[in-house]
Amino acid sequence: MTILSILAVFFISLGLFFFFAGAVGLLRLPDFYSRLHAAGKCDSLAAVLVIVGIALYNLQPFSFGALLVSAKLVLIAVFVFITSPTATHAITEAALVLGVKPWTRKGRKRS
Amino acid sequence: MMPSFFLAISIALTLVMILSLIRTVIGPTILDRILGGNIIGTKTTTLLLLIGLLYNDLSMFVDIALAYAMLNFIATLAASKFFLRRLGVFMEDSEREEIS
Repeated sequence: MTILSILAVFFISLGLFFFFAGAVGLLRLPDFYSRLHAAGKCDSLAAVLVIVGIALYNLQPFSFGALLVSAKLVLIAVFVFITSPTATHAITEAALVLGVKPWTRKGRKRS
Repeated sequence: MMPSFFLAISIALTLVMILSLIRTVIGPTILDRILGGNIIGTKTTTLLLLIGLLYNDLSMFVDIALAYAMLNFIATLAASKFFLRRLGVFMEDSEREEIS
């Protein structure tokens, strides 16, 4: 195992952990806004980690074509890192306009 | 050794997608469902790249993953804007209470 493979395994495993944490937060948290909080952040970080890990593993027999594919992978990572918070912001704005109430300890009887 | 590692990661990612699908199905509001679809779409982008590594043809699957990421972003934005306009205009106050 070369050093790039070890780095790729580390990044992809860390990304899978953050994906799992985001899914658990999406399932278990009590409120729409807190679910958005857990899912939006964990998801963008985990996608960037896994894609960077795949780009590192792809460089292994080094050639110009592999470098081009890795550059495209980094571009996908940048795209996800910009668009995922934007989509989360749009959903939050829709929820605020629609009047979804935040969860409070006193307001537990409403559900 | 590395292909079996990528296969295990893909299977685990599919199981995590099933966890997100539960929230998409049972979500109490429409916006929960939109959020669940967005999360599943981001995981699908990653899963497409892992499938490309398993088939030893990553240069083809990179373009598919990029197109899927753009499509997921546009779909989420369009759905949230649509429900913002539609439910915000046509709903009474009593119905707006039921959403929360």
